[in-house]
Amino acid sequence: MSQKIKVKLNDQAIKSSDQQEDKRAVFETNQLNLWYTDTHALKDINLSIKEKEVTAVIGPSGCGKSTYIKTLNRMVELVPGVRTTGEIKYKNRNILDRNFRVEDLRTQVGMVFQKPNPFPKSIYENIAYGPKIHGIKNKKILDEIVEKSLRGAYIWDEVKDRLNENAYGLSGGQQQRLCIARCLAVEPGVILMDEPTSALDPKSTLRIEELVQELREDYSIVIVTHNMQQAARISDRTAFFLNGEVVEFDETDKIFTNPKDSRTEDYISGRFG
Amino acid sequence: MKYVDEAVVEKRMKARIRNNSILKFIFLLSTLFGLVVLAVLLIRVFSQGIAWLDWDFITGRLSTDPDRAGILGAILGTSWLMLVVIPVTLFIGVGTAIYLELYAKPGRFQNFIATNISNLAGVPSIVYGLLGLTIFVRALEFGNVVLAGGLTLSLLVLPIVIVAAQEAIRAVPQFLSEASYGMGATKWQTVKKIILPAALPGILTGSILALSRAIGETAPLTVIGIPALLIPFPGSFFDTFTALPMQIYYWTLDASLVSEYAYLAAATIIVLLVLLFLLNSVAIFIRNKFQQRY
Repeated sequence: MSQKIKVKLNDQAIKSSDQQEDKRAVFETNQLNLWYTDTHALKDINLSIKEKEVTAVIGPSGCGKSTYIKTLNRMVELVPGVRTTGEIKYKNRNILDRNFRVEDLRTQVGMVFQKPNPFPKSIYENIAYGPKIHGIKNKKILDEIVEKSLRGAYIWDEVKDRLNENAYGLSGGQQQRLCIARCLAVEPGVILMDEPTSALDPKSTLRIEELVQELREDYSIVIVTHNMQQAARISDRTAFFLNGEVVEFDETDKIFTNPKDSRTEDYISGRFG
Repeated sequence: MKYVDEAVVEKRMKARIRNNSILKFIFLLSTLFGLVVLAVLLIRVFSQGIAWLDWDFITGRLSTDPDRAGILGAILGTSWLMLVVIPVTLFIGVGTAIYLELYAKPGRFQNFIATNISNLAGVPSIVYGLLGLTIFVRALEFGNVVLAGGLTLSLLVLPIVIVAAQEAIRAVPQFLSEASYGMGATKWQTVKKIILPAALPGILTGSILALSRAIGETAPLTVIGIPALLIPFPGSFFDTFTALPMQIYYWTLDASLVSEYAYLAAATIIVLLVLLFLLNSVAIFIRNKFQQRY
């Protein structure tokens, strides 16, 4: 009994001494460089992405922010002529290692894309797709996963009566939440979001932002955004990318109230980008 | 100073509008040319053949006597050919397209293959006949049987099927396959569950159009050596056979000896046209039924 209390006290002590250090890193990026054929797109990236936090990646177009998060699930390899050096450690294993199976990685690191991209199938089949490819065949279990995932993405009430209708009958915002639900169905630890609201109207954007707030309880989220207010509203930490480099990476509050680098200040105050 | 002088514009306007009308007329003529030729062809074929086309003609055996001659043997022969051509071309054609589009690493080798497939699509059909004769009939010693004819026709239409399937696969939006890969699906799972279903209408439409071409081919079959008068019906892949276009060819050839043969040829053409029409309808039906929206 006394030991338990002791442990608890100890825990609290750590928490209060340094709340941020307490969180484990899911991704440790060390000296990451990436080239598209001849273009040096990412230069010496060092970033640590913490568990159950929202990490925002901001920066002007073409600065490498999308490239960076696509490297985290190795989707970047779909582009011919990509080369990388350095390492990205996920749970202490280097995912850039050739022996690391991308299928394993992408099962644990889900992705939501810029444009909602449901499959041309029913709402149900969209969600059941992931579990099915991982070998779940039991209809009852699939039903449960579908409901849980749709509830998780706060779209269950809107679609529960039309699970067998084509997903393309939904509105853009609903489609994007469906895609998030589809991502949740595989039960990943990390969700990568590549400008998930840039194709949506303000109201749908707000709903997605609220959803991200809910999801941070259970998932580590990395979100690329063009919208600085969005980054300020929803993220715990922010990385500012410029010309393939990380200019500044810190707690979001610090980045937006007291940036250390003048370029960060220029960007967030709208002087360029 | 204004660069656009309204007087000049006004002066040229008449000529511009006239040119527009003239060209519109020329394009209309080009379109009508094809239509008129088709109409003449159909009218001639139907006026000659329709009187000879009855149930006995369709279900009858071949005969030198025009009144007793039927084309069931040729219909069966064509059907047997299709039983070879359809599975062979679909399997090899779609397989090749999947490999080239989704698995092969882009590079010189892939370019080389792709270019040559397009070249093969332009090789005259009689050359394929010679190839079939050399390989299937002689080297593999099949003889002039259904299998040899079917494989030869398969070679002939394979390039068309491959190119059609490649285009259909390429037209599947990348964001769909990305979504699948993003969830940890393997390439094959993505191909099977996402890419092929989306590409299916295109693949099938292209394939059926290619098959229509195979059905109508005569030259390669002539080279392989199809008997002019064959009474027994083919019952397996290793039987000799005749086919509808061959029948048309031989009857037209002998029309100088027996004038009624020309009418028999016309009646057979009607049957072949109806068959082609049915196949194309199937293609359109499939395309509409499996069309996905995204």
